[in-house]
Amino acid sequence: MKKLMKGNSALCYGAIAAGCDAFFGYPITPQNEVPEYMSWMMPEKGRVFVQAESEVAAINMVYGAAASGMRAMTSSSSPGVSLKQEGLSYIAAAELPAVVCNVQRAGPGLGGILAGQGDYFQAVKGGGHGDYKLITLAPWSVQECYDFMALAFDLADKYRNPVCMLLDGVVGQMQEAIDLHPVEVNRPAKPWAADGAPKDEKAVVNSLWVDPDILEDLNRRIQAKYRACAEKETRYTEYCIEDCELALVAYGTSARVAKTVVDNARKQGLRIGMFRPVTLFPFPYARLAELAEAGKRFLVVEMSCGQMAEDVMLAACGRTSVDFYGRTGGFVMTPDEVLDKAKQVMASPADPCQRSWEL
Amino acid sequence: MEKVFSRTKGLKDKEFSYCGGCLHSVVHRLVAENLEEMGLLSSAIGVCPVGCAVFMYDFINCDMIEAAHGRAPAVATGVKRTHPGNLVFTYQGDGDLASRGMAEIVHAANRGENFTVIFINNGIYGMTGGQMAPTTLVGQKATTCQAGRDPKMHGMPIHMAEMLATLDLPCYIERVSPIDPAGVRKTKAAIKKAFTKQLEGKGFSFVEVLSNCPTQWGMTPVDSLTWVKEHVMEVYPLGVKKER
Repeated sequence: MKKLMKGNSALCYGAIAAGCDAFFGYPITPQNEVPEYMSWMMPEKGRVFVQAESEVAAINMVYGAAASGMRAMTSSSSPGVSLKQEGLSYIAAAELPAVVCNVQRAGPGLGGILAGQGDYFQAVKGGGHGDYKLITLAPWSVQECYDFMALAFDLADKYRNPVCMLLDGVVGQMQEAIDLHPVEVNRPAKPWAADGAPKDEKAVVNSLWVDPDILEDLNRRIQAKYRACAEKETRYTEYCIEDCELALVAYGTSARVAKTVVDNARKQGLRIGMFRPVTLFPFPYARLAELAEAGKRFLVVEMSCGQMAEDVMLAACGRTSVDFYGRTGGFVMTPDEVLDKAKQVMASPADPCQRSWEL
Repeated sequence: MEKVFSRTKGLKDKEFSYCGGCLHSVVHRLVAENLEEMGLLSSAIGVCPVGCAVFMYDFINCDMIEAAHGRAPAVATGVKRTHPGNLVFTYQGDGDLASRGMAEIVHAANRGENFTVIFINNGIYGMTGGQMAPTTLVGQKATTCQAGRDPKMHGMPIHMAEMLATLDLPCYIERVSPIDPAGVRKTKAAIKKAFTKQLEGKGFSFVEVLSNCPTQWGMTPVDSLTWVKEHVMEVYPLGVKKER
């Protein structure tokens, strides 16, 4: 039987099905359903919920719970996620598994409370200080909000690295009927955890390495981990891509719009397809490079000023044209706007050096 | 011959990295002795600060977690809530606890988190080179107040023990100072009482330890202890501030 719920609620159901032991959060719109649901669902299951005094405290509570071997998470929205960057850098450096959900709103600054996709760079390029990445999953439906939570915890454990669920306010707030299927919970042993259990050598969870040799080794190990992650975990979906001339590249809510654009375009005989990265880090560079090589052109559609578009340009590497259409301020682009832009792109010569960047 | 005193198993076999005359090593030993005597070495989880005691995980022989500057009470909250059966403590200096980490310490205390905080107050940033701390005395010189702390520019010293004692849920707050043998014994007893109350589930416990910094105060170790007694204790009176 399917159940109707918001994306934010599905994150909670997904986390609980995935065996999340502890949730630490702080109110901020548009993710408030997450701490609200968790405040009663977690204690009901005998698990931990704390409303922290700030996002800074919440992410450090996650650090403590994760360092002592538990499955821990937090959720927030853009300005609050900025406050978590310090903690995320420490979590990545101490090689701890943890999950952070960002239900993005429109920025910068206090911005607005409507949906946005302006935190792409922050999520996939590091965000805090030092060289690290968040494994970043981008659900585009309420079902994926549920399904990806278990994947997020598994990837966090597998790579001992924080995982970001990057939603936007529309995906968090919209309601869809979803299948709350049971989830297989895989809990690896954590012999490194400072869990106060008897062990031969006492555990130390740390990110301070004043010896440059040791610190450089840590950086090399972390980067090797990211390369392995890119090889095994890169995920994307394609829609009408095989015969397309122009591929719309989008994730989250803008990908839902893009899919409608493809359907409308096909009715008009226009060969437009859609490419949706599911993991934003690792980013599907290789597949996009293949499509570029095959002569397809790209139009990146984002609710930002063009952030993922830079990764698409890296993937295209001058082999094809990369154009961009974006809306900000909390607006979601309409299918008609995007189709008009797509037609304009298709009517212009495919020159990789001439790209149109429209906001 | 009877052996009446030996190094505690609560300390790893590693030489302290502290300056000569610094009381950090004394307080480390007192924490370690209590952990050993209470049989907690294989179950306790400690959270280290950022400051001179940042390498505490190298010395204390139990599971240890290094926190970001000021965040130890939040980290300890995450640990204790998921491990209610284990003894959990933080060890923090004045810059860590009373400046960067003010929100974390106040709210952990206000939630009555069932862990113990050992707060080392020596009124200076030792590790970074002697800058002014929130607890620096009025008129006391530091590298960021070279003519001495001026309340008009820098405000007044913060009294953490008294502030936290205004909250409802802390179960035990005491200020001690191990500047002489009696003070060492009282400090050890205070830490033991805090650990005991935690094991009894009574809630947040806080031991403020007035300490010294011969290096950054520019004094001999002996002079620094006299200074604590004559000046620091006047501003920060010793004693139990809350107990229930």
